[in-house]
Amino acid sequence: MEINDIYNKLKKAFDDGIGEVKTDVPVSPFIFADRSKINAIALFLRDEESLQFDNLSCLSGVDYDKDNLAVVYHLVSYALKHSLVVKCLIPKSDPKIQTVSDVWAAADWHEREAFDLVGMTFEGHPDLRRILLPDDWEGHPLRKDFKVPEFYNGMKVPY
Amino acid sequence: MSELRTEELTINMGPQHPSTHGVLRLVLTLNGEIVTDVKPVLGYLHRCFEKHCEAMTYPQVIPYTDRMDYLTSMNNELAYVLAAEKLLGIEIPERVEYIRVIMSELQRIASHLVAIGTYGNDAGAFTPFLYCFMDREKVLELFEMVCGARLLYNYIWVGGVSHDITPEFVTKTKEFIKYFRPRIKQVNNLLSYNKIFIERTAGIGVLPVDVAINAGCSGPTLRGSGVKYDLRKDDPYSIYDRFDFDVCVGVGERGVVGDSWNRYIVRAYEMEQSLRIIEQAIDKIPEGDVHAAVPKRVKPVAGESYVRTEAPKGELAYYIISDGSLNPYRIKARSPSFCNLSVINQISRGHMIADVVMILGSFDIVLGCIDR
Repeated sequence: MEINDIYNKLKKAFDDGIGEVKTDVPVSPFIFADRSKINAIALFLRDEESLQFDNLSCLSGVDYDKDNLAVVYHLVSYALKHSLVVKCLIPKSDPKIQTVSDVWAAADWHEREAFDLVGMTFEGHPDLRRILLPDDWEGHPLRKDFKVPEFYNGMKVPY
Repeated sequence: MSELRTEELTINMGPQHPSTHGVLRLVLTLNGEIVTDVKPVLGYLHRCFEKHCEAMTYPQVIPYTDRMDYLTSMNNELAYVLAAEKLLGIEIPERVEYIRVIMSELQRIASHLVAIGTYGNDAGAFTPFLYCFMDREKVLELFEMVCGARLLYNYIWVGGVSHDITPEFVTKTKEFIKYFRPRIKQVNNLLSYNKIFIERTAGIGVLPVDVAINAGCSGPTLRGSGVKYDLRKDDPYSIYDRFDFDVCVGVGERGVVGDSWNRYIVRAYEMEQSLRIIEQAIDKIPEGDVHAAVPKRVKPVAGESYVRTEAPKGELAYYIISDGSLNPYRIKARSPSFCNLSVINQISRGHMIADVVMILGSFDIVLGCIDR
């Protein structure tokens, strides 16, 4: 199914939960979705007969621009062999988004990674802890304004 | 007599443990010998590859991708380079495409040999390990011949490859194919159909199809569960649609579909298919200049690309966001081992400690790829 058809279907089901569709961008087109409705949208994308996005290929946290973080979902359907990119913008002043780990188990660790490195909170995630960095690390390295600390537990960091 | 009281025991397996294939820690909760919970603890090899990349130019990122999954460097480079080229929108010379396929498939054989050898070693079979590493050395010698490096190549460049292949390389590769076919059979005789090995792996850690797909498992881990899905066939990249090869799945020849033995045997089958692809590629390779399309300055337009490739361990994808400058704005590597490992808790519960070793080995994880 083409992205515009998917967009129309989503728009019909969720109305203002779906933002605009970007098809004129280089290279891959994507759809904006509302961060407070993403769980229901994800469930719809997975279970709707004509969409069947049974596989979450990748979930990436991004420091998107000056005011926003973003979570990017790369979805693939094994059954129907089509793919889709969905983006949710998250204001830096309130970095929260719904989890999709109950829809795709693959999201579990990916969301922990996004929380760890970019620093957005996934509400409803069963076990939101740091995954790659140590538990007592401060800050989120993939933020553009991240400053490397001088010391970590008494050890010099930059060398 | 008062009733016997048993307590659950929590132990650490790793981070320094020969069976965790690197610095991985598994926190096991045990009821006697039976495992009731497995909690993987990651991050011991975290180098923040993605943050480093933001300070590099596009070609400078390639050596970093080498070090992600250090057993499949060629495949890592290919995935990254394809994503970068998609952003640039450049045409690649035919010869380069063929060379890339040959290198990727040779690397797949090398990676599967390590997987098979170390897996046998986990089960207590030391001899196949030596045979596999001997053969892998031959593949590494081919790589050394073409680019001077055995493990970390920086060979596949944006728009081309660093060195053209020589007629000597072609002859040696043909010799290798001829030499290696009977060796696959030998490894199968030594290990795959060995009764003790089968008893250790058959029926252990059965991964159901729906769990595998939902958790994002891919590669031999997914195909071991009987799903005929290979990105080289189902979403062809580079020139994989031109070659004739079969997608191998676990069919329950021994044990049941989705168990550790079936995940293992997919790799043994796949080495044969890789040989077939190399044979076809080396016969059809056209003439050309491998540096013809290498851009002087890699400066893609602002935008983003996501390319999925079939690495030996599963679906390896790179997500690149470009802001139109010389440095990538954000690079995210979707690593196959990361997703494959996440199901270990679900399929290990109820097995013995020694079986957890076999289940972990059947995923063929590399921690450089998981921790990035």
